[in-house]
Amino acid sequence: MTKQVQQLDRVIIRFAGDSGDGMQLTGDRFTAETAQFGNDLSTLPNFPAEIRAPAGTLPGVSSFQLHFADHDILTPGDAPNVLVAMNPAALKANIGDLPRGADVIVNTDEFTKRNLQKVGYAASPVDDGSLGEWRVHAVPLTSLTVKALEGFEVSKKDAERSKNMFALGLLSWLYHRPTEGTIKFLERKFAKKPDIAKANIAAFQAGWNYGETTESFSVSYEIKPATLAPGLYRNISGNQALAYGLIAASVRSRLPLFLGSYPITPASDILHELSKHKRFGIRTFQAEDEIAGVGAALGAAFGGALGVTTTSGPGVALKAETVGLAVATELPLLVVDVQRAGPSTGMPTKTEQTDLLMAMYGRNGESPVPIVAPATPSDCFHAAIEAARLAVKYRTPVMLLSDGYLANGSEPWRLPDADDLPDLSVEFAVEPNGEDGETYLPFKRDPQTLARPWAVPGTPGLEHRIGGIEKADGTGNISYDPNNHDMMVRLRQAKIDGIAQDIPPLEVDDPDGDARLLVLGWGSTYGPIAAAVRRVRRSGVKVAHAHFRHLNPLPANTGEVLRAYDKVLLPEINLGQLALLLRARFLVDVISYNRVRGLPFKAEELAGVIQDVIEQ
Amino acid sequence: MSDITTNGHIAHPVGVGTGLALIPRATEKQSLKDFKSDQEVRWCPGCGDYAILAAVQSFLPELGLKRENIVFVSGIGCSSRFPYYLNTYGFHSIHGRAPAIATGLAASRPDLSVWVITGDGDALSIGGNHLIHALRRNVNLNILLFNNRIYGLTKGQYSPTSEVGKITKSTPMGSLDKPFNPISLALGAEAGFVARTLDSDRKHLQSVLREAAAHRGTSLVEIYQNCNIFNDGAFDALKDPGLRDDITLRLEHGQPIASASKAVRRGAGGRIEVVDRASVPEGEILVHDAHDPDPSAAFALSRLDEPAFEHVPIGIFRSVDRPAYDTLMSKQVHEAVSDQGAGDLDQLLRGGDTWRVG
Repeated sequence: MTKQVQQLDRVIIRFAGDSGDGMQLTGDRFTAETAQFGNDLSTLPNFPAEIRAPAGTLPGVSSFQLHFADHDILTPGDAPNVLVAMNPAALKANIGDLPRGADVIVNTDEFTKRNLQKVGYAASPVDDGSLGEWRVHAVPLTSLTVKALEGFEVSKKDAERSKNMFALGLLSWLYHRPTEGTIKFLERKFAKKPDIAKANIAAFQAGWNYGETTESFSVSYEIKPATLAPGLYRNISGNQALAYGLIAASVRSRLPLFLGSYPITPASDILHELSKHKRFGIRTFQAEDEIAGVGAALGAAFGGALGVTTTSGPGVALKAETVGLAVATELPLLVVDVQRAGPSTGMPTKTEQTDLLMAMYGRNGESPVPIVAPATPSDCFHAAIEAARLAVKYRTPVMLLSDGYLANGSEPWRLPDADDLPDLSVEFAVEPNGEDGETYLPFKRDPQTLARPWAVPGTPGLEHRIGGIEKADGTGNISYDPNNHDMMVRLRQAKIDGIAQDIPPLEVDDPDGDARLLVLGWGSTYGPIAAAVRRVRRSGVKVAHAHFRHLNPLPANTGEVLRAYDKVLLPEINLGQLALLLRARFLVDVISYNRVRGLPFKAEELAGVIQDVIEQ
Repeated sequence: MSDITTNGHIAHPVGVGTGLALIPRATEKQSLKDFKSDQEVRWCPGCGDYAILAAVQSFLPELGLKRENIVFVSGIGCSSRFPYYLNTYGFHSIHGRAPAIATGLAASRPDLSVWVITGDGDALSIGGNHLIHALRRNVNLNILLFNNRIYGLTKGQYSPTSEVGKITKSTPMGSLDKPFNPISLALGAEAGFVARTLDSDRKHLQSVLREAAAHRGTSLVEIYQNCNIFNDGAFDALKDPGLRDDITLRLEHGQPIASASKAVRRGAGGRIEVVDRASVPEGEILVHDAHDPDPSAAFALSRLDEPAFEHVPIGIFRSVDRPAYDTLMSKQVHEAVSDQGAGDLDQLLRGGDTWRVG
């Protein structure tokens, strides 16, 4: 039978199953195949915080969404064209997101009476006609897998567990994905268990062959490679890019990287990644708590290291006092906050932008810190380098605000050359800077940057004491002088404010230059906002778009840009934190759009909001 | 390094440690003056901290280390002002966090001699977690815990080492909670070097500091320190010429543990007990073994001052070597470099599955 091949420009697939079904792995592999094939792509993993929630229940559903296309795309997509549902819970949790006519592949083996009851289905939706508006492909994935593995040296349980590879094989056939990478991956992953490796590869190939022979699938799809800018690419997640950015900052500053960290979702992968790269002279320290993590990083910075701590919101709360100490002692320090849904424990695996005001103001006293926020997963690399640049140049703690969506999402990344990355070289103080030529003044500032000198222990003649008590300008001696304190408060603020002259101006994307509405964003909302702007522009509406990478200080031209438009719209995954800052600072009537669902915005949703604001 | 015993500890005689081996040595002879900073010392007149400062300032030249390779890190409290008065590198940090900050510094800079100055509130209340983890981890730090059994800087509340029933501003009807015994706590936290000394006994204080500095790993030295404003006379019994020789049980490795009138022996069931010296033959007095890998005797000795300070062991309870955290951390870095070669950024970035466009 020759099957029909249909051309598509883009597809959104969602793999959904029980947390034990290996959906994240399946998604990762499909992503790797897709990246290898050359499509542009964007991914959205979505999983519960529980390692193994009760099997077959709604809270236990884990999913992985992948958007891939023959052109450049900005988001993991709003609504899936294809849902792979490994059990009734996965179907029930996800079916509502599917547009009419979407394909649904269900593993009918799991649609048992008991599993149906667990999620409140009285009868199987596959049989009762309730899925009429979708194209349902009923596939007994588990039993097909077990049958394909007859004669292999694996238990029935292990055979059943390979069903995700069968599903991957089927989808790989359906979308013409290259398979060599997955076979090599399985050989590597199960190198110590060759029987398991063989079984998984066989299941994967059986899935492919099933697609080719079964009548359930009469059409397969081709999505041509995207025409991306020339270069060498890899697929990368935000956390991995961030870890690589920290390594790059260490290499480019020639400062040894010291990471003090305490495990916390969704930031732990940065600790895991950095701990693998000791050959770069990296020291990773898993501390007894969040406070010790940042304390050790600050201690290492005092000793001349690139001190970094990685955490999520609850950890930032605990680290606040030490960040204040870094402000007072004016030492470089990187605080990475991979934001997650709060308050308190909140929803650890879900994304949010709710830590901006904590990053700005969550310390005692006047304690300004620069804030940098990456826009996309691969941008985490460059944002980490930028945060390190500011930290070492201005001798200040810097907050880097990533989030759960960026951390776990991935996209193709055009690899930079190490030599093209910014030079972050630091000059340590090595001789006295007092006018008498003998004394060392630890708080005598560079007139340009207002940064103080950095003299590290081991430097003869520059022995000095620093601390959290207010210091006299210049000497750094303890001072309770009222006027000195007022001056030091202002100097520390002026140092951070001055960074505005050292960062790029806010760039506005306004193709014709005559839009009356400006849509603003910061951090991980870049993709959905840019995609929404593209949509409304296609319908002829004029709209300008600008995105903040530096939240403190804001780019020097921010006020000018804001005042140039009749309306300013700012979608945020919080209750309007940046809007509050912009309103206070620039007296501009920013229109907020806020949803705090633990999920990224959808492009369609934002396109509707933009339309509404224009029509108001 | 000498032999590794079966449970992983390395035994060596007191004073032959490697705690200073990686720290550059001064080329010229140093004096007390070299270690005095230009800052005016601002403790209350009569405070025990003065004596400790003078003892440390006059002891440091003896180490013969480059001054610039010595760092004092402190937390918050009266004692934590200490670094300002020493002409070394210094970091006066925040309440309770000095062990964490010092850990990052010492772990990334094995060429530094890092000293933590802390008090009973700083180390045992707000910073208790960092203290026990520093001890267990065994980074090359010397922690000097000034124990005055009271909060001084906040003006006289009871501390985690105050005796039960202490009447203070915050406990007008007496404190309710049982105090920590810092020595017991440190031994329980796997500390390799644990000692106790007294602010007013400069000779003994300096002898303990000498051993602490030589020990590679975390050493904890509890220094009984008099707060003459809020808890005056807390340790008078140990200073009173008429009492001290009877109360003080000197701990010296290889020597019988005894005061003028009391002696320590193993009683029925192996328990360690204090008896009248006259009642026990010299040969039955317990001989102190600071290098015993088993900490149980040291722990039992640490309990002898309970409940009422009738006999107080002073000296080095335990001095047992095990690999220091910073040594092991450096070793992993060196191994990674020697096994895989020094890191190459371009190679790292291109390490995954890549594809070329155009």
